[in-house]
Order: sequence, then C-alpha cells, then structure tokens
Amino acid sequence: MSIMDDARDKWTGTINELTIGATRADGGTRTSVVTIGGAAALPFMNFEGPTPRAPVVAMEIWDREPDDWAQPLVDVFGAVLKSPADWAKKCVEEFGADMLCLRLAGTHPDFGDASPTQAAEVVKSVLKAVGVPLIIWGSDHDEKDNEVLPRCSQAAAGERCLIGAVKEDNYKTLVASCLADGHTIIGLSPIDINIAKQINILVSEMGLPLNRIVMYPTTGALGYGLEYSQSIQERGRLAALGGDKIMSLPIICMVGQEAWRTKEARASLQEAPAWGDEATRGIYWEVATASSLLQAGSDILVMRHPAAVAAVKKTINELMVK
Amino acid sequence: MALKALDIFKLLPKTNCKKCGCPTCLAFAMKLAQKQASLDQCPDVSEASKVELAGASAPPIRLVTIGTGPNKLEIGNETVMFRHEESFYHPAGIGVLVSDTLEGDALKVKLEKIRKIRFTRVGIEMHATVVGVVNTSGTAEPFAKAVQAVAALDIPMVLMSTQAAHLDKVLASCADKKPLIHAATAATLDAFIVLAKTHNCPLAVTAPDLEALVPLCEKARAAGLQDLVLDVTSGTVAGTLQTLTAVRRLALKKNMRVLGYPCLVTNRTVDPMVAVAECSMLVAKYAGIVLADLDQPEQLMPVLTVNQNLYTDPRKPIQVEAKLNAIGAVTPESPLLITTNFSLTYYTVAGEVEASRVPAYIGVLDTEGTSVLTAFSSDKLTSEKIAAFINSDEVKSKVSHRKVIIPGYIAVMSGGLKDDSGWTVLVGPREASGISKFLKTTWANA
Repeated sequence: MSIMDDARDKWTGTINELTIGATRADGGTRTSVVTIGGAAALPFMNFEGPTPRAPVVAMEIWDREPDDWAQPLVDVFGAVLKSPADWAKKCVEEFGADMLCLRLAGTHPDFGDASPTQAAEVVKSVLKAVGVPLIIWGSDHDEKDNEVLPRCSQAAAGERCLIGAVKEDNYKTLVASCLADGHTIIGLSPIDINIAKQINILVSEMGLPLNRIVMYPTTGALGYGLEYSQSIQERGRLAALGGDKIMSLPIICMVGQEAWRTKEARASLQEAPAWGDEATRGIYWEVATASSLLQAGSDILVMRHPAAVAAVKKTINELMVK
Repeated sequence: MALKALDIFKLLPKTNCKKCGCPTCLAFAMKLAQKQASLDQCPDVSEASKVELAGASAPPIRLVTIGTGPNKLEIGNETVMFRHEESFYHPAGIGVLVSDTLEGDALKVKLEKIRKIRFTRVGIEMHATVVGVVNTSGTAEPFAKAVQAVAALDIPMVLMSTQAAHLDKVLASCADKKPLIHAATAATLDAFIVLAKTHNCPLAVTAPDLEALVPLCEKARAAGLQDLVLDVTSGTVAGTLQTLTAVRRLALKKNMRVLGYPCLVTNRTVDPMVAVAECSMLVAKYAGIVLADLDQPEQLMPVLTVNQNLYTDPRKPIQVEAKLNAIGAVTPESPLLITTNFSLTYYTVAGEVEASRVPAYIGVLDTEGTSVLTAFSSDKLTSEKIAAFINSDEVKSKVSHRKVIIPGYIAVMSGGLKDDSGWTVLVGPREASGISKFLKTTWANA
C-alpha cells in the first residue's frame, strides 16, 4: 500500500447533484446547463475520492445600475451597467460566464422600488439575451421579495433557475413558486448549521426535495469574517461526507458582493498609499476570498470582476486535473 | 497522536503498588493518556520507559524555528486538520523569492519593494515573514552577494541552492542567523546533512513524492537532525495540495513521526492573479512556508490576510477597537448607534449601515469581544457604560444631538439609560438587517 493510500480518509456521504438551467429538451430555452455537487471526498483530494463536478463561477448582474460599485468594476463594464440584458450579454460573450446571478436590487423599497411586473420583465429580457442558466436573487426585503419573486419565477417557468433566498421564517411563498414553476431554491442560514438543517427540512417538507436546494451560509470577505465562512463550510462538508443527508447539499458563496465592499477593495491610492495598485487591489481581494473558500467546499461562487472570474476559473481547472 | 492507555500500561511496572494514588497501574495509564497525571507520580518506572513515553508525548508535528530574534519564524506544532476542531497555531511564513541573478540596482529595487510591503490589520503589523534567496546563477559569488544583501532586511531567510559547496560558503558568514538550508535531494542528502550539522541550521528536504521523501527524512533523523522542513512542491497545485493534506494527516492521525515536520511550497506561477489564488489555498491547506514571486503590496496583502484570518483562534472572539467610528460622510447631526466590540457583530452592523447609505456613527463599547445579548447578560454592556461613552469628550466633540440608538435586544435598558445619560434613547432593530429601514424611517422622523 502506498503512503498516499495510508493517508486516505473514508467517507460515506456524497453531496447531492443539482442541475441549474433547462434546455429545450427539458422544457426550457437554455443553450447550456450547469450541474454541481457529487463530491464524495474533501475538495480536490482526488487520492481519496472524486470531485466529479467543478465548482462554477456565476457572474453577478443587477436589474438596475449600481451606484455604489467600486471604480474598477464600473470601468470594466461601462455602459452595459444600465441594461441588464446588455450586461448579461457582455458577461457571457466577452467574459465567458457559465452562469449569471441576477440580483433584483432595484425592487427594494428604498432603492428604486421596481414593481413585480418590472422585475419579471427584466428576468425575461436576460433569459432572452443569453443562453446560460440563471440565478435570480431578490432584494433581501422579505415582504417585497414575496411579491416580486413569485412573478419572476412564473416569468422563468420551466427554465430551472436557482432562486433565493428563503429564510427560516419566510419560505412558504417562494417554495410554492419554485415547485409550481420547476426551479431550484437557495436557503439562507447565517453561519449556523442548525438553521441550515432547519431550512432544508422545512423546504423539503413542502415537497421541494433536498436535491433541489442550495445552501447559502452567508459569506465573509477576506479580512471581514472569512474564517467564519471557512469553518462553517468545512464543518458542514465534513458532516455531509460523514453521512448527514440533511447537510449533503451544495453551497453558494456571494464572493463578489462581500469582497468589493471591503476597504481594501475600494480605498484610493491616496487613502491607502501602502496598499498598492488601486485598479487591481480589489480584484486580488476577490480572487483570494474565492480561492480560500474553494478549499472549504464551495459549489457556486458568485463573483463580479471579469479578471477575478478568469483567474478563479483557471485555478478551478488546475484543481480539477486528475 | 498520543499513546493509548494500553500502550502506556505496557511501559509501567505493573505492580499495582498504589504509590501514584491510583488503584492499579492500568488506572494510572488511563490517567496518563488523558494527560490528567504525570509520569513523575510513579516512583518505580524504568529510565527506558521514561524516554519512550517522553518521545511519545512530543508534538506530532515539530516546531521549527527559522531566523533569530524578534522576527524569527516559528512553524509547525499544529494539532488539528481543521481550525474549528481547536485552532491553527503557527501562521505560515509568507515571502518573496529573490534570485541571485539580480545585481546592483535591480537587487536593491527588489529588496526595497519587499521592505515597503507593510500594513496594519486589526492592530497587527503585517509584512513578508520570510525571504527565499535563490542560487539561480549556479555560481557561488553572486549567491553570496545576494544573501548578504537580503540578510540586511532582517527577515528569516531560506537559502536555496543545489550546491552544498555554495551554501557552505554562504553559511560560514550567516549561520548565526539560522537560515533554512534548501534543499537536500536523494543525490545530495549526505552533503546537506553535514552542512546542517556543521552550521547548526534547519534543513529542508525534497523528493518527487512521499514514497521517495520518507527515506530521506529517516536518514536525516538517524544522522541526528531534528529541525527538518519538507518541501512538497509538486508539478501541479492540485498535487501539492493533496500532498500537504496527506502529510498533515499521516503526522496527526497515523503518528508517522518521519513526516512530523512543517511543509514548504514554492510557487512560480507567472500570472500573478492565479498565483495569489494558489498561495491563498496553500496557506489554507497546511503549508508552513509559501514562497512566491509576488512582490507587490496588492498581491501579497491578500495572501498575508488569508494567513491571519485562518490562524485566528476560533475559541477567542476577535475584537475591534472600542471607539467612535464614522461610516460615510457624517455630520454632527448623523445618527449614533451603539454596538459591541465583537468583530462579527461590529462588521455586520457596519455593513448594514454602509448599505443603507445613511452616514452614521457607530459607538463601539468594549464588551470583551462578546455579542450584544451575551454582553448584556454578563453585565459587560450596561446602561452606565453606554452613558459614560455617549457623554465622553470623544462623542461630544463629534455628535451635536443627544439621541442614541441602542440594539433592539437591550430595549429593556432604555429607561435606565435615559436616566443615566440624559439622552433620548431610541430602540433600534434586534437584527442588523433592520438597520437600513430603521435609519430611513424611525430615525428620519425622530
């Protein structure tokens, strides 16, 4: 027996496989789909078991022009920030995005208060503009999300989107929509395994099975709670590989959103002369946050800057080499 | 891994004499295994058993020191695979590779770059903690010159050459700085062992895979060397990460002493963004030293921060500084919110305030790193403490109004705080997620 064999840990659990996007054959209009999960060992530890599906990077787009994004992001996207459909096209055609995460930030009562109908139109325009699968994320305002997301779910019926996020105390409306329209769902559990389990049970008891749920344990940016995310994801993954079926769900991380709100990503050279190039500093911050979380077990990384996306995708390809 | 009770029992006199205070030798062995008793309590144990037991109680991964003085680098002595199981203890040494083909001004510029990468995070000054000097030239003289120049940085060094003779020459003048000698291979092991013994410096050993590495470590140990570092850099980052995990597991779980040493990895990925990704992962997964070509602050800062984050002790809450913080373009009329100095609590509140885009002050109270409810129930967040803070000169000099917002969880305090401070007390939301709405409605109308 070789030394590497001796170092092998035995695992009994496997992370659920989950597909986002439906092609015409499956009742949707997507030209490509994404399948995540399936891991039967710690991430990229091929000597002890397979990581059959590469983690996927989804690029984040908004339904309205963000007015507080850091300059490097504004510079790289330019005018398309004004049009979700054009923004989506640029991400796919120019930056090679495999999936998009559409955030309906403009439906928040304080930031535009766009109507459910308007939001549904945006969803349709994005689905029409690109063929990649879509994550649809509300505005994190419970009441408004309950009006907006069912309409968006309906507008995207059959496309097998990933929609989020449901909470322990606000899940019924969206679960019913996802069931009716054939989508998958994101459960939010702020760095807490027990809440994650609770949500997974509540959602599955409504009839949406565990293999249609993705967990969002919230994401801490590098320097701002990364270690909490790292540990909660590692604990969850160890439980899943140890056979806990309620925890055997893929994980989504909001890397871009968190990394780009840090001081390190945003400060100008005048504000922080010792921190180096302000044009790339945020990109490095996003890359380091993402890559560290890859090692803790992450299945979807939602990211913002195309250069960071490219670097992380290249890194994932290297990790997947057998 | 420590010895099991039965293994220890075999080394005891088995007389059941009770002199140790335990009814039987087996009971004593069980206490020893749980570290609840010390071997000194047994008056009859043999010298041979003492030596064996002492060996078994040595840490499964040796602590290796590189460099001397306040900047010395200590790596190894890790006890767990995952930080939530206990903690990671000795942050990786992270540093820059310096080639001896750099001469004169080019070398000066490179060293100046390294010297300038300095920044402070949560009160700790961060910088490159190790430098690798590479004998790229293959000749002795430039190597000696480069080492001499790098030594002036006062950062622990890794001297990297395939030639024992070149290293010997350099070590004659800098062995007192305890650099790491890098790296013995199967072909050069004998000469490198002599080097390490002669100059009394730690030695790195390397081989294409673990099968080949183990005999090298065995030989070095047999020669009496204790301070070893394993260079496990493989052709792919995937391979390196797997080897790092295997070494950590074998040392901790299989008690494989021959691999019980910290690991070193060199990263020569040309694309700096991919290099930052790789170095971050190497730090996350068990590398004791990571040496790369990254020499810009924006490149090294994230890797150093990953290191700092993952090596914080999860059992001790991290605290932020207790003071008045301004978020956004504040004026003396801006709202003042009170929270605790538990970093996660603070950053959650700060994040929500920032997202609301209502400029505001956040008053951070020292609650010894506990969250709002914990602090309140343990009397670390009291009405008197908040009153003293909001009436302090620090607050008076910046805030002109007298309306304070307290966390919803301590609403019960509002009456007392009003009496203690003379301020109007507004009860904020229980969860930070409600802050934005609160600032736009309740505060706006207050």
